[in-house]
Amino acid sequence: MTDNSKIVQLPLDATIARTLRAGDWVRLQGALLGARDAVHRRLFEAIQQERELPVALMGETIYYVGPCPGRGEKACGSAGPTTSGRMDRYTPALLEKGLLGMIGKGKRSEAVVTAIKDRGAVYFAALGGAGAIYGTRINSIEVVAYPELGPEALFRMEVVDFPAIVAIDSRGCDLYEAGPASFRRDL
Amino acid sequence: MAIRSIAASQIENAVYQAALEANTRLPADIMHALEQAETAESSENGRKVLRLLLENARLAAEQVLPICQDTGVAIVFADVGQEVHLVDGEWESAINRGIAAAYRDGSFRCSMVADPLQRANTGDNTPALIHWQLVPGSRVTITVMPKGFGSENMSRVVMLVPSDGIAGIRSVIIETVKSAGPNACPPLIVGVGIGGTQDHAALLAKKALLRPIGVAHPGAQTALLEQQWLGEINDLGIGPGGFGGNTTALALHIETYATHIAGLPVAVQLGCHALRRSTIIVS
Repeated sequence: MTDNSKIVQLPLDATIARTLRAGDWVRLQGALLGARDAVHRRLFEAIQQERELPVALMGETIYYVGPCPGRGEKACGSAGPTTSGRMDRYTPALLEKGLLGMIGKGKRSEAVVTAIKDRGAVYFAALGGAGAIYGTRINSIEVVAYPELGPEALFRMEVVDFPAIVAIDSRGCDLYEAGPASFRRDL
Repeated sequence: MAIRSIAASQIENAVYQAALEANTRLPADIMHALEQAETAESSENGRKVLRLLLENARLAAEQVLPICQDTGVAIVFADVGQEVHLVDGEWESAINRGIAAAYRDGSFRCSMVADPLQRANTGDNTPALIHWQLVPGSRVTITVMPKGFGSENMSRVVMLVPSDGIAGIRSVIIETVKSAGPNACPPLIVGVGIGGTQDHAALLAKKALLRPIGVAHPGAQTALLEQQWLGEINDLGIGPGGFGGNTTALALHIETYATHIAGLPVAVQLGCHALRRSTIIVS
């Protein structure tokens, strides 16, 4: 893919995060966490009960993913994004703990958009259903916590040349609203 | 017609092959529709998404990788010829063995939890969700459709009443696609089931996803509605990936069945752009 994507290093630099704009194509490089429904519930409960988290969230980016197992020399099998909305009820608490980036697919709740603005965070959309491509962009994967959850465990991953688009930026601008609005023909 | 014996291992093997193929090779009709959409789409972001999706499908086929990491609930349509007699095994366990083996050998993600309340993973993606149909003849047609839950979660059944009419059906479809927005992974294939009962309408909608893109409903009036509503969905502007564009759905298929004088059940089943299905005939 030849394009004008910006290369963005992970973990995110808070200043750079604020320069990203909804609609910017990016290629992400570096370390992130992989987590979905079950891990979010556990992290949220730990925060509520003031227990220590299995990983510090300060400055981290979480990719909403439940990967396929790797095969042969491949670290990771197909690994596209899952629907972010299911994480919405837990997300503001995680942002409060310093989470700076999220990668998933689909719209976020108003509470999440507000928390993104408050924290200067950023929400990237990856392409749902492009799991084969994303699997090849994950160089390493290891389970950080909750191995009993299988594909739903908490992972640490290294990604390279990982295509995404800024869906909600630190000012709260939302590509999922603005993009469709400009193509809508009145019904 | 004479009774034909088919071994359970033949059914198991057919399910195995179909599940491997379905998860790694996007059907030709879907590939073709995505290619056409890439030419027709006016949004730059939309075209870029479509190019990436085509690249993804080619990569998956070449390297025998799952197209999508959500290798889904294994839905199996088994059309069993009434002259068939299964030997050396049981129907359901043969199908489940085929699914378990394919998900193990294909390195597919196992996404099934045994109990929706306790939520422990079964570890082999069984049980399959099996839809049986008795048909004339002495063949068994097995179709495996791995269905991800991004799109399944956005699907819907509504019990309309006859006075809601065509306008009521239209608004159920449009509202379902609108509220799904980007979540169901557009461009979609929209399956619509009209008639029967609540459960039957849902099955009709799912079966509508089996019809190849480009094949219209045989009834002229229904075929016209398919075209009309597809056009209205594409006017929503949701576009590929939900980032805006003219391609929100690749196709809309309607299936109908007889229903009660008091009812008008409508089901809308959303298929993502990675609508996976593979059919094998055992005879």
